Amino acid sequence: MGAGLSAIVTGFRGFSRYLGGVLGADAYSKYVEYHRGTGHHEPPLSEREFWRDRTDRQDSTPQGRCC
Amino acid sequence: MAGMPDELGGPQPGGGQLATDPKLPATAVDDAAREAEDKNWTPAKIALWAAIALLGGIAWFMVAIIRGETVNAIWFVFASVCTYLIGYRFYSKVIERYITKPDDRRATPAEYKADGRDYVRTDRNVLFGHHFAAIAGAGPLVGPIIAAQMGYLPGTIWIIVGVVLAGAVQDYLVMFFSMRRGGRSLGQMAREELGVIGGTAALVATLLIMVIIVAILALVVVNALGESPWGVFSVGLTIPIALFMGVYLRFLRPGKVMEVSLIGFVLLMAAIIGGGIVAETEWGAAFFSLDKVTIAWGLIVYGFIAAILPVWLLLAPRDYLSTFMKIGVIVMLALAIIVVRPEITVPAFSEFASRDNGPVFPGALFPFLFVTIACGALSGFHALIASGTTPKLIEKERQTRFIGYGGMLMESFVAIMALVAAISIDRGLYFAMNAPVALTGGTVETAATWVNSLGLAGVNISPDLLSETARNVGEESIVSRTGGAPTLAVGLAHIMQQFIGGTAMMAFWYHFAIMFEALFILTAVDAGTRVARFMLQDSIGNFAPKFKEHSWRPGAWLCTAIMVGAWGAVLLMGVTDPLGGINTLFPLFGIANQLLAAIALSVCLAIVAKRGTFKYLWIVALPLAFAAVVTITASFQKIFSPVPAVGYFANNAAFSKALGDGKTEFGSAKTVAAMEAVVRNTAIQGWLSVIFVVLSIIVIVTAILATARAFRNHRAGIANKDHEDEARASRVFAPAGLIPTPAERELVAEWNELPADLRFERAGHH
Repeated sequence: MGAGLSAIVTGFRGFSRYLGGVLGADAYSKYVEYHRGTGHHEPPLSEREFWRDRTDRQDSTPQGRCC
Repeated sequence: MAGMPDELGGPQPGGGQLATDPKLPATAVDDAAREAEDKNWTPAKIALWAAIALLGGIAWFMVAIIRGETVNAIWFVFASVCTYLIGYRFYSKVIERYITKPDDRRATPAEYKADGRDYVRTDRNVLFGHHFAAIAGAGPLVGPIIAAQMGYLPGTIWIIVGVVLAGAVQDYLVMFFSMRRGGRSLGQMAREELGVIGGTAALVATLLIMVIIVAILALVVVNALGESPWGVFSVGLTIPIALFMGVYLRFLRPGKVMEVSLIGFVLLMAAIIGGGIVAETEWGAAFFSLDKVTIAWGLIVYGFIAAILPVWLLLAPRDYLSTFMKIGVIVMLALAIIVVRPEITVPAFSEFASRDNGPVFPGALFPFLFVTIACGALSGFHALIASGTTPKLIEKERQTRFIGYGGMLMESFVAIMALVAAISIDRGLYFAMNAPVALTGGTVETAATWVNSLGLAGVNISPDLLSETARNVGEESIVSRTGGAPTLAVGLAHIMQQFIGGTAMMAFWYHFAIMFEALFILTAVDAGTRVARFMLQDSIGNFAPKFKEHSWRPGAWLCTAIMVGAWGAVLLMGVTDPLGGINTLFPLFGIANQLLAAIALSVCLAIVAKRGTFKYLWIVALPLAFAAVVTITASFQKIFSPVPAVGYFANNAAFSKALGDGKTEFGSAKTVAAMEAVVRNTAIQGWLSVIFVVLSIIVIVTAILATARAFRNHRAGIANKDHEDEARASRVFAPAGLIPTPAERELVAEWNELPADLRFERAGHH
């Protein structure tokens, strides 16, 4: 029972992580990973700054959505 | 054939000369090892594919040949899925081997242009979902339903065969070539490959096509919400819900996308349930029962405001909501069809399959079935998504087959499920819902009389069934609810209530379906307006440079107003059209969408030729020729047909003559004003057809000229100029498809053993 339950929990976690990825919820953590990986010296943007910047840039680079 | 150099040796950009870092494991599976794996047909593998082929064959036999009294919906699922699997495993591999020739040793734009924002390597499975959510919308849910007029078989065959040989090929090729060009847009590629004339024609055509597509999608929403207080209330509430989500993400909890999407989803469900309660009250019914013209104007005003508001406030949050719903709805629909397995009683070919005067859309099966079903089989609009956004996120070149080709197969499956939902309802009901008021008369009695007078086999509908269905789904009336969305909603409610909730839940499921279709369409309308506005600004900017500054408010507002005005005019024309709107305009939607496909495939044709691949050029030429023949024939019939129901100008002449003769009513137009409206509308629709077809012919001809030039150069040994980005060595590895092969697994294990500092090192230190 315990194993079955934990399997369900793991499955659900995996699914919600996947859904989050599709929605783009992990954009900030990817940005931080990128920032760290490239050895920038200045600190990365805060989460709030990052999302502001992201949506503000979308104002001038619209992405199509299909029919 | 394997490994044989395809042609005399055109330039192979980058291939083979990439210096790989000796400290790193291989960045691609060894070609010989992959070949060996591919060719290694173990008994288990043979048995598996034989079983898939057998099951698919049986399913096709059940759907297409046996056709007893009824056919079970599950056979549609098997026929489509087995065909997709075979197409994916075999045909897309042929394209990969002989046309795209991906090289995993090359870095993708997400690697060499990595910026942590727009160019980000994304897990292939996540990107698959992301790309799918961007390409699939209301289109595959609407076209197949309208096409069901012809019976289920023509639509089923076109959706399944069309996607394997045309739609998925287009998406895959455009995505791959855009990726090789750093994520360039279709317009930029057209300019580079086809020259100024072809490029400009492609740009103008794209802009016009977007206007038509947005207008007709908006028309579908207006038709679904007209005189429906429940629908108006719950869909209207999506705007404050999205605004709330936007503020939440901006100020309260930035970045908590999943959280806010869940909150939004719960609010959305509350809005649907609340809509039912409000529509029951007297004030609610009075206040939210809006006629179509009012809703159309509301949508136009909304479209303008939404396109100039900042993205974070409305567009981004609604996009989250729409994506969230999209995945949920499709999983739900698939589950319901598999669990409920409805029996289909619709004939394979209906009485209208061999005629050109169908009430839902006019015209003969060829070519009009093939333009009515665009999304799901071959959708040119995808080329705009497959070039640009997705290529900037791809991790490895070989993954484009899975994401591009596979993503489109998935959309085709959505179209099949929509078709199944639509044909699972009573056939008489289908025609009563989808024929214009001019034919049904608008009341249950006249509609029932009209449907029964059609002389359709097995159709005998009573007015009671029409009013009972309307009552069950919580609507005043379902007669002449054209546009496809309400039919899908009834079909879905019909299937879902057998799965969850029974008849009592039918009204909820109906409005749930209307809600998600409206949500998809509103997102597409917003995004489409914005994209079109930027295209217009850039085009005007060539003459008045100030317009290129996207932050210049007057320019942005003016261009937004022009684009909204353009689609708004077409929308109003459709809403007020005495002939019915959807049945006259929907063919234009399909023609526009597939002309865009022809443009995208033309660009691909020129690119493939310039790469020196002539032997397999037919893989691109085949869908291009088909799309060109279908759309040009359809356009010519719309322009030149002497049958008034089909030809815009024939209709125009008939009504002009009637007006000239001093008649005060003619056909379905009961007043002089209505007759004048028909004259005006048919003239506009006719001239739009002329412009579309002329632009597309220009693009196709320039592509053929570019192809011929490439062939001559190739024969003369002159290298063709290619526009790919310079090849750079990759420093990462990831498997190509959903399930990694043994060789890929081995390589992944090698990469996992690599010290972390080496593994995360990115190409091109900034």
